[in-house]
This record gives sequence, C-alpha cells and structure tokens, in this order.
Amino acid sequence: MEAVHPASGVATLSWLLLALPAFGALVLLIGGKRTDKWGHLLGCLTIIAAFVIGLITFINATGLAVADRVQELHLFSWIPVNALQVDFGLRLDPLSLTFVLLITGVGGLIHIYSIGYMSHDRDRRRFFAYLNLFVASMLLLVLSDSFVTLYLGWEGVGLASYLLIGWYTDRPAAATAAKKAFLMNRVGDVGLAIAIFILFANLHTTQYSVVFANIHTLSPGTITAIALLLLLGACGKSGQFPLQSWLPDAMEGPTPVSALIHAATMVTAGVYLVCRSNPIYDLTTAGRLTVVFVGAITLLIGCVVGCAYDDIKKVLAYSTVSQIGYMMLAAGLGPFGYALAIVHLLTHGFFKAGLFLGAGSVMHGMDDEVNMRKFGGLFKRMPITAVTFGLGYLAIIGFPGLSGYFSKDAIIDAAFNQPGWEGWVFGLAAAIGAGLTAFYMTRLVLMTFFGKERWRDQKSVNGNDFHPHEASPVMWVPMVILAVGSIGAGAYLSIGHRLSDWLTPSLGALQERSAGPLSSIEITILTLVLAAIGVLVAFVVVGRRDVPVVRPERVSWPVRAARANLYGDALNETLIARPGLWLDRALVFGDKFGIDGAVNGIGILFRGSSGRLRKLQTGFVRSYALSMLGGAIVLIGALLLVRFSG
Amino acid sequence: MNTSTAVSISGGGFPWLLAVILLPLLGGVIVAFFKNDARLAKTAALLFSLVEFALTLVVLFNYHASGARIQLAGSADWVASFGVHFSFGVDGIALIMLVMLGGLTPIVLGASWQEKLPEGRSMAGFFSLILVMESLVMAVFAATDVFLFYVLFEIMLIPMYFLIGGYGGPGLRRQYAAVKFFLYSFLGGLLMLASAIGCWSYVESVTGTGTFDWATLTRVVSHAPLGTQIWLFMGFFFAFAIKAPLVPFHTWLPDAVQESPVGVGVFLVGVLDKVGIYGFLRYCLPMFPAASKTLAPLVLVLSVIGVLYGSLLAAGQSDMKRFVAYVSIAHFGFMGVGVFAFTAQSEVGAVTYMLNHSISTGMLLLVVGMIAVRGKSFKAEDYGGMAKVTPLLAGTFFLAGLTTLSLPGTNSFISEFLVLIGSYETQPVYAILATIGMVLAALYVLWLVQRVMHGPLRGKAFGADEPLVQVTGGPGAATDPISRAKGMIKDLNGRERLVLAPMVILILLLGFYPKPLLDVVNPSVSATLTSVGVSVDANQGGN
Amino acid sequence: MTPTYYLLLSALLFSIGAIGVLVRRNAIVVFMCIELMLNAVNLTLVTFARINGSLSGQIMAFFVMVVAAAEVVVGLAIIMSIFRTRRSTSVDDANLLKY
Repeated sequence: MEAVHPASGVATLSWLLLALPAFGALVLLIGGKRTDKWGHLLGCLTIIAAFVIGLITFINATGLAVADRVQELHLFSWIPVNALQVDFGLRLDPLSLTFVLLITGVGGLIHIYSIGYMSHDRDRRRFFAYLNLFVASMLLLVLSDSFVTLYLGWEGVGLASYLLIGWYTDRPAAATAAKKAFLMNRVGDVGLAIAIFILFANLHTTQYSVVFANIHTLSPGTITAIALLLLLGACGKSGQFPLQSWLPDAMEGPTPVSALIHAATMVTAGVYLVCRSNPIYDLTTAGRLTVVFVGAITLLIGCVVGCAYDDIKKVLAYSTVSQIGYMMLAAGLGPFGYALAIVHLLTHGFFKAGLFLGAGSVMHGMDDEVNMRKFGGLFKRMPITAVTFGLGYLAIIGFPGLSGYFSKDAIIDAAFNQPGWEGWVFGLAAAIGAGLTAFYMTRLVLMTFFGKERWRDQKSVNGNDFHPHEASPVMWVPMVILAVGSIGAGAYLSIGHRLSDWLTPSLGALQERSAGPLSSIEITILTLVLAAIGVLVAFVVVGRRDVPVVRPERVSWPVRAARANLYGDALNETLIARPGLWLDRALVFGDKFGIDGAVNGIGILFRGSSGRLRKLQTGFVRSYALSMLGGAIVLIGALLLVRFSG
Repeated sequence: MNTSTAVSISGGGFPWLLAVILLPLLGGVIVAFFKNDARLAKTAALLFSLVEFALTLVVLFNYHASGARIQLAGSADWVASFGVHFSFGVDGIALIMLVMLGGLTPIVLGASWQEKLPEGRSMAGFFSLILVMESLVMAVFAATDVFLFYVLFEIMLIPMYFLIGGYGGPGLRRQYAAVKFFLYSFLGGLLMLASAIGCWSYVESVTGTGTFDWATLTRVVSHAPLGTQIWLFMGFFFAFAIKAPLVPFHTWLPDAVQESPVGVGVFLVGVLDKVGIYGFLRYCLPMFPAASKTLAPLVLVLSVIGVLYGSLLAAGQSDMKRFVAYVSIAHFGFMGVGVFAFTAQSEVGAVTYMLNHSISTGMLLLVVGMIAVRGKSFKAEDYGGMAKVTPLLAGTFFLAGLTTLSLPGTNSFISEFLVLIGSYETQPVYAILATIGMVLAALYVLWLVQRVMHGPLRGKAFGADEPLVQVTGGPGAATDPISRAKGMIKDLNGRERLVLAPMVILILLLGFYPKPLLDVVNPSVSATLTSVGVSVDANQGGN
Repeated sequence: MTPTYYLLLSALLFSIGAIGVLVRRNAIVVFMCIELMLNAVNLTLVTFARINGSLSGQIMAFFVMVVAAAEVVVGLAIIMSIFRTRRSTSVDDANLLKY
C-alpha cells in the first residue's frame, strides 16, 4: 500500500468532476421546460468538460513519481459525530482516475449518441438530467475516499438506474423492471451497509486509507465477514449470482442507458468495489474463493441463458452478466487478478457499449423492435452499424489481436494457473464460457445482420412496417470511436503490462504464477478452439438454416430452462415474492383484526357491560333508598366487625 | 423552596422562550374571532406562524451549543406546596424540535389553505386550533418541570381531538378516530402521572421536600434502587410508547391519520408523535438510567418489530394516508433503536431522525394530499400513470419517497445511517435486523410510486375508473391522450410549489451538509448519555 | 334513668322511618318518615352529648334541624310540582329518570 498524500496542483480542481455533472442535472431538473431547447447540449457539455478535467488530472498523475500517485482531496466534513468522522473527500489514485476516464469518456460518447437516439422523446431534457445525475454519482462512487461516500455514490447510481430503466413509465414492464432493479440492489446494499458498520465498530473509521492500513489487526473471521458482505453488495450492483436477474429486465430502459449504465459503468461497480477493497480480500482466502465461485457460476449462467434468448438487448444483457462474471472471477484471484479484472472491465466497457449502441441503432432503424427473429440481412441497410457491431463482436469472442483476446484470455489463463482442483474448475468454467460466448454472439450477429430479410413481411411491436435505415452521424460517430477502442484498447492496455503497472499503487503489483495444469500456450489454443467451435455451431444452427420467425416451442429441456433464465425468476417468485405477499396480507389482516381487534374489543366490552349495568338504574326512588340502606348497614357492619373482632 | 440549582436562569434577558410559547396561543385566540372572514383569518394565522418561526430562529441563535445543559430557562412557582413550577428551558434536542415545529406550522397552514372542511366548520376555527396546538406543543418541548410536562402532554390532546373529530373525514369514522386517539394518549398520560407522583414522593423521602423539577428529579431519582426505577420507568415508558407508537400500541395512529385533514395529519405524525421519542430522551433516560439499561432489550425488540412490522404493513395499505402512518411507525422503530442503543452516533441519529422524519413524512403526506385534491381519493388503486401528466407532482412525490426510504443524499439517510452504525456497536443483532428495514422501505415506497405514478393513465382523476388510455411508450409515443389528461388535471400550482420548496431544499441541504444540525444536537446527546452512565469520547476521530 | 333507653328509642324511631321510606308510596308519607329519621338522629346526638358532657352533639342537632327545615321547603316544593303535572304523589310514578 502506497502512502497517501494530500492532493496538490491540478488535482485540487478534481471536485469539478463531480460538480459539473451534478450542476447539469440540477439545472435541467429545476429549470424544467425552460431548458428543453438546450438541455441536451448542456448535458453533453458538462460531461465533456468533466472528461477534459479528468484527462488533465490523469496526465498530471502520470507525471508524478509512483510513490506520490495516491492523493486525497478533503472537501468538507459530512457526518461528524464524535468518533465517527465521515468526510466528503476524494481519493485520486491510478484506479479511480482510470475509472474517471472510462466513465466520462464512454459517458460522453453515449451522451452524444443520445442526442440522436432520444430526439423524438419530448422529455429528452429530463433524460439528460438523469444521465448527468448518473455520471455524477458514478464519479463519486469511484472517487470517494471512504466507504460511506462510496455508499452515497453507490445508491446514487442505483437511483439513476431506477429512473432510467423506468424511463417509459407508462409501460408496466418498465416500471416493474425498475423497481426490481432497485430492490435487488437494495438487498446487496444491506450487505455493503453492514460491512461498513462492522468496519466502524472495529476500526472507528470508514476512510479507505485508515481502514486499509489497519485491517490486518482484525480477526480473520471478521475480515472474512466483511469481505463476504462487500461481495453481497457487489453482487447486487453487478448482477452477479444470486442477484443477477434484475439486469436483463433492466433492458426495458432506453438503449443508451443499457449501454452506459447496464454494460459499461454502473454494473462494473461491484468489480470496482472488490478491487478497491483489495487489502481486505488479500487477507481472506475464503472470501476470495467465494468471489471466484460467484464469478464462475455467473459467467456460466449468463452464457447459457444468452444462448436461448431472441431479444437482442437481453442477449447482450446476459452477455454483460457473464462478462462481469469473468471480472469477478479475476478479482477473486487476488493479486493474480485484480489488474486483469480492471483491464477486462475497460475493454468490456468499450466493446459492450459499442455493441449496445449498435443494437440501439438497429432498434432505432427498426421501429423499436428487439426480436431478432424479425431481423435478418440488415448488413446492407445499415453498413456502419453492422461493421462497428462486427468489430465489437470480434472483440468479445476474443478474436486474436482484438481487445477481448488480450483481456479475457488473460483471465482464463490466470484462472487455470491456480494450484490443485481450483485451476481445473475455474479454468474450464472460464474456457467453456468463452466457447458459449462465441456461440451466442455469432448467433446474434447472424440473426441480425445476415440471412434472409425476415422483416419484409412482418410488423413491428408498434404495428408499423419496417423501414430499416442507417442512423444519423450523431449516433454512428460514437459507435465508430467505441469500435476503435474495441480493436485497440486490449492490446494497448495489456502489452507490456502497461495498465497493471500503472494500477500498482492502488491494487498492488500484478503477480503471475504457473501452478496450473496447462501452460499458457495450451490455454490459448484451448480457448481459441472452444471459441471456434462455438462460432461453427452457431453457423450450423442459424447461419445455414432459415430462422423461423415464430419461436419454436417444442424444444429440448435445456433450451426451455435457459429461456426461463434457468428458473432464476421463478425461484425468486416462489421463495421470496409469494411468501412475502402472503406474509404481508396475513399481517395486514392480523393488524386489523388482531391488534386493533383487541383494542376495539376492549371498547366493545366496556360498552356491553355498561349496557347491562345501567339496567340497575330503575328510576324507583324506593329501591335506591333500599340499596343505600343496605350499603349503610354493610358499612356499619364492617366497621363493627373490625372494631370488635380484634 | 429552591430546587433550581442545576438550571441556569438566563440573566434577565428577554424571555424569548415564553414569547415562543405564548405567541401562537395569542394568535389562535385572535384568529378565532375572524369567523366571518376566512381570508383574513388565514392571512392572520399565517402571519402569526411566520413571526413564530422567526422567534424560534431567534431562540436558535441565542442558544450556545457548547453552553449549559438547559438554556434560556425561566421559572415561576405554580403550586408551591407540591413543588410544581411553571418552568421552561431548552437543550439542543428541544431546540431542534422547537425550530422544526416553528418551520412546519406555516407549511401546514399553507398546505391547508384550500382545505375542504366539513359542513358548518370555519377556516378561522381550523387555523386557530392549529395555532393553539402549536403553542401547547412548543410548551411541551420546553417544559422543565415534570408535572407541567404532564399537564401540557394531556392538554395538547384537546385541540388535536377537535381537529380530528371536528374537521376530519366524513361521517362517524372521524369521531371514532378522535376518541380512539384521545383515549390511547390519555391512558398513557395517566400512567405517566402515576409515575410522576411516584418520583415526587421518592424525592420527598430522600431529600425531605418533594418537587417536580426536572433537574432535581434526574439528580435524585437516577440513584433510586433498580426495582423502584423500573416501576417508575414503566409509567413514563407506556405514555411515550403510545405517543410514538411502538408496535402493539400503534393502532390509533393509522385511524387518526386517515381521518384527519392532511395538514393535521402532518402535525400528528410530524410533531405530536415526536413527543414520545423526545420523552424517552428527556425523561426516561436521565431519570431512570438503570431501568433504561435493564429494559433496553425490551424496547429494542419492540422497536425492531416496529421497523419490520410497520414496513410490511405499509406495503399492504391501499389508503395513502394509512400508508404514511405505517411508514411512520417503521421510522419510530428506527428512532427507538437509536435511543436505546446508547451510543453517541445512534442517539444523534435518533434526534436528527425526529427532525428529518417530520420533513420527509410531512412532505410525503402533503404531496399525498395534493394528489388527492386532484383525484378525489386517497386510495392508491384509484390512480395510475400520473407521472406523464403531472411531472412536477410526480417528482416531488418521488423525492418524498426517496427520503422516506432513506436514500443517501437525502436528509433521512444521515439519521438512519447514524442510528444503524451507532447501534451496531452495542446491539449488532438489532442493528442488522433493522437494516433489513432498508429493503422493505424501498419495497413499499417504490411499490406505491409504481401504482400511483407509473403504468397507463387511469383512475378517477380523469373521470374514469377504467384504464383511460393505453399510451404506447418509446420514442415518438402517441402524445394525444396525455395532452387530453393534462387538460383534466393540473400540475402543482404556485401555492403548492411554495409549500413544498422549503422541504425540498431542506431534504437536499440536510442530506449533504448536516454538520450544523449535528453540532447543535451533539452536546445535548452527550450530556444525556453521560447521565445514563455511558462515557462519550470527546470530539475526536479515530483517524 | 339510663341513656340506653333514649338510644333504643331513637333506634326504634329510625327503623320506623327507614321502613316507612322503603314501603310507602305516598311522597308525603315518605317525606314524614325522613323527618322521623332525622329526628331520631337528633335524639341520638343529644343523648351522646349528655353522656359525654360536651355541647357539640347538641349544636349538631341544631344544625340538623336547620337543614331539615330547608329540606322540607325544597322537598315540599318538588312534591307540589310533581303533583301538579302528574296528579299523583306516588313516588313510583316519578320514575322517568332512569337508564
């Protein structure tokens, strides 16, 4: 762990990184309709300005000595109560600055793309406000210097995600998906929150620098507990098993949102959290192993389900789930994988954002249709989209020389290079995942851009004929830039360990070992062969045959299971949703007739008994006189008894 | 009889506190005379409440956070032979309550400006009662004599009883709710009176002279044997547990809130219920420290049940007012956890929660009222798709929802976070259970938002019970039905914006920069904790 | 001459009065029985005053007489007004004040 220095020079201006997008969001939300005309421009401008500031800070940081690269900028005291001193501060180190560039860079491109994509939406201004809010929160998430400010950004991106998934609020599916995303995230947040509580209870601080310096003083059990709880938070945010099922539903949002939030940036926050907390994970083998398992399981789930869906965005969403699974797997390998996870995160940010924007461009040209069975032969109609999409496709399946080849194969390599059974299990999971990825991505590309033009005799979801056309430049220019990133980013970042060396002050040095069953060459060959098989099978299944426009229902059970996303939703439904609903109804009933019933029962008891007792009041004076006399006699008798008995 | 040794009498300055207490009373009496001119009555009441707010701010600025425990105190004999004093004073906790009440009243008056009252009721009477109640609650928070506190605790039921029973919803239900509210609170009050008398006689048996002076009681009773303390604690505890409804004693609240006019509901959940939590902090903890500690598990269990139970019940409500009431029950659970976890963070969290809950739940209830003005119904199922038609209303509703679910960046988060992080130190199990309430909070808020604001346009608001139009979404969606619906119901008007604006600003301000608030509360909380025997480390960080 | 006889007499008078109040319906008779009880009590007071040699019992008897006189005034007025409205002096007829 490098020493922490107070920020100086250009870095002291880095608060602008947060302030600019937040300012944009505030102006657009408060300004309302008045800002409709120029709102989208302000939105883009603030993000681009933030990108420029980020770039300057980044370049400035590269000029510093390695030991000086971790800086902190104190802004103000946020929650000071005795021992708990939460400051609003920024941590500027290689890891956060790298993320700043990713977020503002890809974010800026997607902002520009959205100008075109959302041009028909009359609430476009509000859309940009939400996007700005997202960027501000995401920057806070990565720049924060304590777990509590991280939590602020963490929930902020959740909020933005909720708002944007539910953008088309009049669609019940969108509203439900947004709610589901927020709730599943909240489940994860509980883990993160409790982890923060434990840290504070034991170390009396939530500041990264102090926590990381003193974490070794805690008992191993506590450290493992913290690691697992942080992982729960990461699973929620990153759509990892067992909280993965919200992410595909999140595709109800507009496509730029899917690209920015649910592919490139927000969903990788979990990976960021694990990598950021590397001093904690370094100390717990069990915690790391759990991370690897979660990653491996998720990447397989994502691949398998991705093979069965026909919705272009959902396939990409499951692809995201599985790619983040790779990152988690890498992060769980500890010092052997943190940097690899970040490399893959960055390249994935490029190619997956590009793929989503391409899908958005297809949808834009195809009247919001997402069913790939209605596509086909679009290559001729939208060549730029097809080429940029194709480059993203080659990157994700790990075509040699492109981004995915460097980043994903490095992870597979590291997964194999574990001693004992772990090497086989994790390595094979990762390699099989690569084969499945090749299959479903090839299937997607073939169904969309090649083959017969099945859309000719179909109607869209909106009931119109299809008139596929290429998108406007404001949309395809960002796609081209991202495609360039898909080609070159992997090589640029990986060759000569450029990125992992840069990240060393944040993550520790990347370690390598060859303890696994196979050598690097063998692993590369294995991965390539599996990927090639995947591509070939896809060719045989969808490339050589006609694709039926209506989904065939008589299919084998694995396909059925995959179409039901391996019964993830059904499981949630039967285990949590239904019992919860019943419990809720039972409690409402119990409250009304149990507790309140008891209260009202007491009231009824009094009323009833008073109804009986008042009958004694007959109105006959002489009976009153008699009872008075009787009472007097009883009293006197009692007095005499007491007086003369003892 | 000299019992005020621990109270620092403010050196002959202007009795600001007395002015704060009496001004609204005066205003209430004056406003009551303008029976025939509703406009004049409303304006006068609003003016009084604004001046009152200014006065509370004066008190705020005359208060020195690092000064004496009780400041701006004043005292006069009332029933000298029983040691009853007419004495007032504030600490940081009471001060926050005063300012909160002072700020909330003009907002409530503004929100009730167009209130549709039942037949035969006048606006003058309504606003007058609200002012009278403000005065009484101010006095409750400022009282430093236990008997005086008891008397005010009971008297403040009277205007509330009339506000619910006289100005509330239609039919006999409102009288049922008013009586239920009164009987519950009154029962608790009587138990408290018994305990207060018990305290008096204990003090008399120890020192020879009985008194109800708070400072003396805390000094003497706090050293009573555990058994005595537990009995005395119970009386106060039940009074406060009913007032800040902890779970088995809560059923009056949903009924009362449902039958009250919206503004009165805000007072009910935002102010009156706070007296309960305030009472725990001001009376139970310092007077019966040993009993508080011994019985803390009991209160914690009730509080955690409150958090989970209130949340689940809130999710199951279709009436939006009842929903707010159950949400409040859940939030009072959080406050209860905070108070009885006995750490600086959790106590400060509980105190600020009192303020923040008033802002968040108050705003939620006000917005619900504004929705109901448009849709003529408080039932969630009578709405749908409002977001497209009234974006501003939907936005404020959503913001109120966000602070209700304690999203970081809003005011409630600070409090909830402090409560949880503080209570985890001493009571990890309860803290973790309460943390689950976070998920449930998101569930009930978002579910309600979805039912009311999202989905296709539907509901009575547009003159139809059936879904009016199915608007297809996506870029270039059909715009016509929305425009038509916009013709039927309007978004927030100027008055409503003015009422909600201060709350929106406070939500964000206290969410991002709560330091001034925490600095006022902190010393008083430390003093309270010290009296329970928990040593509070000085203001130093672990870093 | 022992005071016991006076006490026995007053007890006898009191019992007659009490039974009269309970069994007679005519308001006037009931009223007279009440007077009988009051005077029985007076006799007791005076007797005890004599026994104890103090004056307070006798003073108390005067008080009772004054109160009895006032009571007669109010009571007879009530009976009169009841008689005017109901044409009856039976106490059982005036039973409207009940549950």
